[in-house]
Amino acid sequence: MPDLGKYTEIVLTAYAATIVLLAAIIVVSVLRSRKTKRQLAELEARRNG
Amino acid sequence: MSAMMAVMTRELRLALRSGGGAGLGLAFFLIVVMLIPFGVGPVPHLLAQIAPGTLWIAALLACLLSLDRLFQADFEDGTLDILTLSPMPLETLVAIKAVAHWITTGLPLVVAAPILGMTLNLPDAAYWWLVASLAVGTPALSFLGAIGAALTVGIRRGGLLLSLLVLPLYIPTLIFGARCVSAAAEGMDVIPAFQLLGGVTLFTLAMTPFAAAAALRMHMR
Amino acid sequence: MSIWEFANPVRFMRLSGKVLPYATVLAIGLLVVGLVWGFFFTPDDYKQGSTVKIIYIHVPAATLAINAWGVMFIASLVWLIRRHHVSALVARAAAPVGATLTVVALITGAIWGQPMWGTYWEWDPRLTSFLVLFIFYLGYMALWEAIDEPDKAADLTSVLAMVGTVFAVLSRYAVNFWNQGLHQGASLSLDKEEHVADVFYQPLLMSMAGFFFLFLALVLLRTRTEIRARRIRALQQQEAH
Repeated sequence: MPDLGKYTEIVLTAYAATIVLLAAIIVVSVLRSRKTKRQLAELEARRNG
Repeated sequence: MSAMMAVMTRELRLALRSGGGAGLGLAFFLIVVMLIPFGVGPVPHLLAQIAPGTLWIAALLACLLSLDRLFQADFEDGTLDILTLSPMPLETLVAIKAVAHWITTGLPLVVAAPILGMTLNLPDAAYWWLVASLAVGTPALSFLGAIGAALTVGIRRGGLLLSLLVLPLYIPTLIFGARCVSAAAEGMDVIPAFQLLGGVTLFTLAMTPFAAAAALRMHMR
Repeated sequence: MSIWEFANPVRFMRLSGKVLPYATVLAIGLLVVGLVWGFFFTPDDYKQGSTVKIIYIHVPAATLAINAWGVMFIASLVWLIRRHHVSALVARAAAPVGATLTVVALITGAIWGQPMWGTYWEWDPRLTSFLVLFIFYLGYMALWEAIDEPDKAADLTSVLAMVGTVFAVLSRYAVNFWNQGLHQGASLSLDKEEHVADVFYQPLLMSMAGFFFLFLALVLLRTRTEIRARRIRALQQQEAH
């Protein structure tokens, strides 16, 4: 851990906020992708089966 | 030309007879301006300082109020389909409707603004520029509003969405318009802001009928 | 072989399925290298102290937030002119990613502004323009959500993207007229490397590339989801008949 001096909190907050936001968009995108993939697979299975 | 006049007369007649479209916008303008002293306190010099911005923002909100009706009724009862079939281009129709909207909402605001400016203790030097900037700027508000109204025409409860789409488009007009008035109040050079305001309005008048007409065609396809 | 071949959803799915893993790996790799390098192995700035480390997220996020709107603009234009469905869906997929990056840029900027300018929020032209950009993203996404018919939604949001682009640029310059501001000039440009010292420049480029691939991976993933959602919709309509 580098010595961030008196700005420790500021730098860490900025990084934390970024990680939270990016994680949120990634998780939302991945979850929705899985859900649609599953739905589509079910629908196509029903059509062909 | 006579077709354009006929549509214009119809628009104005409808606006004036349907429960006072013009009066409502004006009343809303009055209420918003009246609320400001309640919010910030009855301090004359403070009110004088925020008067230009307040009057402009109140005008902008009053203009927004009646926008959702611009195409909605005609779209619902099929009038818009019939007007589309007429030889008059849809762009012209949009422009006429926007002009009619300006006459019934923008113009009364221009007339009423100096009186409300007085209640906010607006400095004497700013009155002419208040009227001039509103007269030049409010047409842009009606025309930009036409884009938002055209985009949201078929959408149920599109009013809130309309505000979200239209208000950011008002930013340049608001900046230059309010700047005109506050520059005049502070005794600074008004001309640069006024020219830019006029530029934005002219650009808007030229561009928006095409965008709004395109959006209407997409709705009716 | 022309670029329009990828307008075919099946081709696009095949190609994007191949590209996506590479983009993901590159995004993770470059982000880890760039940010670790920047965070642990660069010196503090003599003026800004350790807050300079925020540059490795703030600048890439801001750059991509603007370019995401550019992607939406071009994709919308392609949809309006050539009516390729994939293009409209790319525009739709890019919006939430761009909006998130705009928020990242705004928040990191505010946190950075506090020690440097003495205030979290300053009505500075650059900050204000980003707020305006965020509102444009919100309006664009709200319009997509509000319309049920996919083609009509694509049409209308494309018109909004055109008008929004013109007015976002116009607002950017109007805002300059309104307030001169505290924000420094561009930190990165191809010919003016001197803006940022080399020690900061190299990890910044890494992190910038990382953010780019992250954006690419997310947009590809979301576009694939949108294409599948369309397919589901079509199948359901067939079943209903």
